[in-house]
Amino acid sequence: MKFELTTDQQDFAASLESLLAAADTVTVARAWAEGDHGPGLRLWQRLADQGVTALLVPEDADGMGATPVELVVAFEALGRHAVPGPWVEAAAYLATELSGEARTAIAAGAVATLAVAPHTPYALDADAADRVYLAGSDGVRTATVGEPRPSVDRTRRLFTLAAGPVHDTADRSREAFDLAVLATSAQLLGAGERVLADAVTYVKQRKQFGREIGSYQAIKHKLADVRIALDFARPLVFGAALDPTPRAVSAAKVACADAAYLASRTGLQVHGAIGYTQEFDLSIWITKIRALVTAWGTPGFHRARILETLRSA
Amino acid sequence: MDLQLSESELAFQAEARAWLSANVPAGPLPSLDTPDGFRLHQEWEARLAADRWSVVSWPADHHGREASLVEWVVFEEEYYRAGAPLRVSQNGIFLLAPIIFEHGTPEQQARFLPTMATGERIWAQCWSEPEAGSDLASLRSTARRDDARGGWVLNGQKIWCSRAALAHWGFGLFRSDPDAQKHAGLTYFLFPLDAAGVTVRPIAQLDGEAGFAEVFFDDVFVPDADVLGAPGDGWRVAMSTAGNERGLSLRSPGRFTAAADRLLALYDERPDPRVADRVVDAWLKAEAYRLYTWGTVTSLRDGGDVGAAGSVNKVWWSELDVALHETALDLLGPEAEIESAWLDGYTFSLSGPIYAGTNEIQRNIIAERILGLPREAKGSR
Ligand SMILES: Cc1cc2nc3c(=O)[nH]c(=O)nc-3n(C[C@H](O)[C@H](O)[C@H](O)COP(=O)(O)OP(=O)(O)OC[C@H]3O[C@@H](n4cnc5c(N)ncnc54)[C@H](O)[C@@H]3O)c2cc1C
Repeated sequence: MKFELTTDQQDFAASLESLLAAADTVTVARAWAEGDHGPGLRLWQRLADQGVTALLVPEDADGMGATPVELVVAFEALGRHAVPGPWVEAAAYLATELSGEARTAIAAGAVATLAVAPHTPYALDADAADRVYLAGSDGVRTATVGEPRPSVDRTRRLFTLAAGPVHDTADRSREAFDLAVLATSAQLLGAGERVLADAVTYVKQRKQFGREIGSYQAIKHKLADVRIALDFARPLVFGAALDPTPRAVSAAKVACADAAYLASRTGLQVHGAIGYTQEFDLSIWITKIRALVTAWGTPGFHRARILETLRSA
Repeated sequence: MDLQLSESELAFQAEARAWLSANVPAGPLPSLDTPDGFRLHQEWEARLAADRWSVVSWPADHHGREASLVEWVVFEEEYYRAGAPLRVSQNGIFLLAPIIFEHGTPEQQARFLPTMATGERIWAQCWSEPEAGSDLASLRSTARRDDARGGWVLNGQKIWCSRAALAHWGFGLFRSDPDAQKHAGLTYFLFPLDAAGVTVRPIAQLDGEAGFAEVFFDDVFVPDADVLGAPGDGWRVAMSTAGNERGLSLRSPGRFTAAADRLLALYDERPDPRVADRVVDAWLKAEAYRLYTWGTVTSLRDGGDVGAAGSVNKVWWSELDVALHETALDLLGPEAEIESAWLDGYTFSLSGPIYAGTNEIQRNIIAERILGLPREAKGSR
């Protein structure tokens, strides 16, 4: 028993962290929201070069053959830095479900996205993707892109799709869905951690009534509650990464959604009015967390799924 | 003890309901924080005013109907039940007008109230400053006496002024006596937002719309005629508005009972047993607010004043609003993140625990003034 990252995994986390910290991801996200995908696609390629889109692809298919632990390490970093793009769709779902050339292309950094009814009815960022798929009960089809649907998160543009011809798969749609849920959980965890860190920094520096607002107990306790919630979401994420059963990934998603949402509500509240503006960077995470809470299965769906597996066990 | 409306109150209710059902625009207007939406909301105000429904509680010679407080609450309930547009004139009619009635000169009343009632001139509240949010009394913008011209010269910066991106006039506090302590030495000014030396910078809110603005003052001259109340008495004058804002007038129960009804309709469309309890809770909380308000109205009618109870009120309606909209998003499931009226309402609800005095500050007031608990130490300024 050793419930912590290995040295290699820590090194992978550190290298992604240093790449992203230097990549001005806020500017990338803002450009993406305006429909300028250039900087985001360049960042996509740099992260693909680090292996992020190849983690779940087997080595004999030109992938890394890594484990879901590496996947959550990567997605926590993507969430912390609010990296835009269909990462869950490509690096978690499609990297698992597709086969052949399509999977090799994703490992190499092709930008791909998909919709999977009913939980993921629209395809994220289909306007920026090279390959667009639609998963249904009869497998995966290629798809043509329909109408855009604006999201609360301006960096997420969602699209309706029209189905095309059937596409080869590895027939792993259930695993693909669960790994997408797991990756979304890790992204929420990273986003929640970021909001908490930024809120803590802010309340130490903002003064009202002659004191740092972080010295008021009302503020301290709110932020301490976020710390507690995130600390108990994290083990569910890594536990699920070690054994990504439907129950485990659903538990991770519920806990991360709740904890990150608490972080975003609290982060907004302790910032006061400036937190309620689009130009202040906090808005990027607040709106992203709101979107990710319901992405890849709502908390209600995942709670019900946990209960079902517990009762049938 | 009873909740029975009188004959005349019932007649008033019926008249309001009939007028609203005949006149409320069929579809929603574009957002009032866009130029088109702003203009359409102003036109709606003019329509209300033409039939004396814009400021029902004002005197008859000021476009009003001299409606009692009970009738005002009834009107608001009917207004939101009918799905009528948001009030683009709310800062003026709810926050500034009571002060003009109480502290304004007859000349100021004659000059400012009519265009406020018709929605022709929209007002923005310019109180907060970058360094003076919760601690409003620490504000630094200044007013310098100019005897030669018979007025004052304003300098400094206000921020988060709702509607200011498109509004015509503003009202705010400035430090007119630099030597006086915090709450003393403040003066209440009215000023056109296109005056020489005023710069307005719209600020996009979380939903991307410029719902508020930053306002810069660079040697802006304001004549004595546009000072509200006595110079140096601004804090006392202003605080009568703060009570109004937290208390009843800003967010009457009708807004939330109507939203709870819409939530129920959404539940009928997309029943989800997992969310059922919270739909009921939203209704229950709105109902509690409705009944609580009749208690407030009774006490106000008997000469009481809202006082610290306004803080109780404000925490309740703002947190009820967030919970109600979160519940709606849960019912929307995977569609929740897609733009919709519910999503707009949700995003706006998130600001409720911040504006009109944050809920932390309200809880401090409740603890200190209602429960009598000791104050938390303040820092040195
Ligand atoms: C949508 C919206 C519309 C607005 N419209 C207007 C308007 O029209 N005109 C206008 O003048 N202003 C307006 N405001 C500004 C509003 O009044 C301020 O946001 C509010 O007073 C809080 O100030 P602040 O934002 O500077 O936050 P701060 O005062 O900096 O507070 C930050 C955090 O610290 C907490 N805090 C501060 N002091 C204490 C304490 N003593 N104990 C415990 N916690 C404390 C707060 O509760 C908050 O959580 C608006 C704000 C919003 C969001």
